Amino acid sequence: MTMELIQPGAIYTLWLREMIRFARSKSRIAGNFTMPFLWLVVMGTGLGASIQSAGGTSYLSFIGPGVIGMSILFSSIFSGVSVIWDRQFGFMKEILVTPVSRVSIVIGKIAGSATISLVNGMVVLLLTLLVGAVPLSTLTAGHMLVALAFMALIASAFVSIGLIIASLLNNTEGFQLIMNLLVMPLFFISGAVFPMDKVPDWMKTISLIDPLMYGVDGLRGILLGASRFPFLLDLAVLGAFCAAMVAIATYTFSKMKATT
Amino acid sequence: MPVISITNLTKKFNGFTAVDGISLEINEGEVFGLLGPNGAGKTTTISMLATILPPTSGTATLCGHDCATATDEVRKCIGIVFQDQSLDDELTGRENMDMHGRLYGMRDELRKNRMNELLKLVELEQFADKQIKTYSGGMKRRLEIARGLMHHPKILFLDEPTIGLDPQTRRKLWDYIKAVNRDERITIILTTHYMDEADELCDRIAIVDKGKIIALDTPEGHKKSLGGDVASVECSEPEKFAALLGKAKLAKKANVAEGGKVIATVENGGEAVPKIMALAEKNGIAVKSVLVKQPNLEDVFLHYTGREIRDEEAGEKDRMKGAMRMHGRR
Ligand SMILES: Nc1ncnc2c1ncn2[C@@H]1O[C@H](COP(=O)(O)OP(=O)(O)OP(=O)(O)O)[C@@H](O)[C@H]1O
Ligand SMILES: [Mg+2]
Repeated sequence: MTMELIQPGAIYTLWLREMIRFARSKSRIAGNFTMPFLWLVVMGTGLGASIQSAGGTSYLSFIGPGVIGMSILFSSIFSGVSVIWDRQFGFMKEILVTPVSRVSIVIGKIAGSATISLVNGMVVLLLTLLVGAVPLSTLTAGHMLVALAFMALIASAFVSIGLIIASLLNNTEGFQLIMNLLVMPLFFISGAVFPMDKVPDWMKTISLIDPLMYGVDGLRGILLGASRFPFLLDLAVLGAFCAAMVAIATYTFSKMKATT
Repeated sequence: MPVISITNLTKKFNGFTAVDGISLEINEGEVFGLLGPNGAGKTTTISMLATILPPTSGTATLCGHDCATATDEVRKCIGIVFQDQSLDDELTGRENMDMHGRLYGMRDELRKNRMNELLKLVELEQFADKQIKTYSGGMKRRLEIARGLMHHPKILFLDEPTIGLDPQTRRKLWDYIKAVNRDERITIILTTHYMDEADELCDRIAIVDKGKIIALDTPEGHKKSLGGDVASVECSEPEKFAALLGKAKLAKKANVAEGGKVIATVENGGEAVPKIMALAEKNGIAVKSVLVKQPNLEDVFLHYTGREIRDEEAGEKDRMKGAMRMHGRR
């Protein structure tokens, strides 16, 4: 009990493991970019042909930040839930029996998974720049740095949610249920792919409790200069949400059993 | 000096008692065996000692630290090889070991040296940079043992170290285990339901059944506890002859085993043979062969529990576990 809670060496080790695994999983890398690509190129172009303008910008530009948010959401929840696999395949026992604090294990896992999500998000960001969804001309290096930091925040929040789910679930069967019951609604209600200014009031209200809404809105603020709320508000809400999720994830994880 | 002291250790799962008030002391440098059938509570006992499961009641101290309250201190002084595989399949052997060393805060130089030393011990140097998913079951087991030793633990737990492996690989693993115990003075606690394994490796063996220790002794002591030798007689009318052996006070206990042989516990094997022959001749029973041997642990287990250690079901489960280990995961 004399151990300090934050152990940088252990956190780095667990982060490193996620990086190695990510680099080796070619199918996962390819799979992560199919959906964003389809959204941007097919939907952006297809729907964009009929929707002239969304909140003052072209439809393609409008969904650019939305698709970045979507890809971060999906890959984050997925990595968080991968703890279930670690438990099922026994590797979690190996980690839990070392003298590494539970807090450090959670932080290491969040750091690793969030980094992977961030890399995913960066590739999609690059894609939006390539297809001209996000105008490069108005962006400074400062904008880019803020955007990356903000994306890291979104990633950490959703990785934590994935971890919470993983520590509460004890099998992978519930996984599909979570995708349908949680991830899809979060995605659709966030206004990632349609503007919130013309929708009915009830939908506007519900969207206020969707953390991804603040994530996507904040990205629009940085990348397009046009958003529903001021950027600082988005940042404050998402920051508070992320802190709460990390805290809850740490708690549920430390209560988790080593095996399924 | 005991390096592990266990007092009344108990684990209940929703009212079902898996470990039932175990008490024992294990000495430094000892190879201690928990021998018992499937479901005896071996893994549950080890899990409590290794801080993976909290005990329902009772206490255990390892290297002077309580396993329920001083978990970090206990974790630092133990290494464990789990019954089920616990390697990361995507990583290489070296990466798995390196990660382990890092998690225990070992410095770069120390980690590298220790890794090479252990890879050499378990003869996996050529495969160290291959991913675990390309390993055979035996290679995985060897790597797990090497990994468990990375951080110089004082106590090493081995939960069914050779389950599902072929005889040759098992012999190799036994050699490594002996070498580690001898050269590094590591106390080893191993569980098994293989009699030959317990016999070959252990200084002392606790026979566990239904969560309780029913006998605790050295392998020799266990065998002597039956008080004699075992004679196996192949003859006509085995049922009748078994009864005759008992009546003539030639055998303390005589049963007809599955193959139709008479298995009798006799006081002195050498002297018993002519007496057995004489008794058979007197009663007109034709004896085809008499084999006198020292009792093995199988006989001991049978003696204490009235059952054989491996029933059909257990054998099946074993094969499955072995097959799963072979095929790996994912
Ligand atoms: N988490 C659990 N919840 C409920 N029952 C459990 C749990 N873990 C083990 N048991 C039960 O406790 C008993 C002892 O199990 P344990 O795994 O310790 O046996 P074992 O001696 O290691 O057997 P094996 O040779 O099959 O590994 C078994 O009857 C098992 O079903
Ligand atoms: Mg077991």
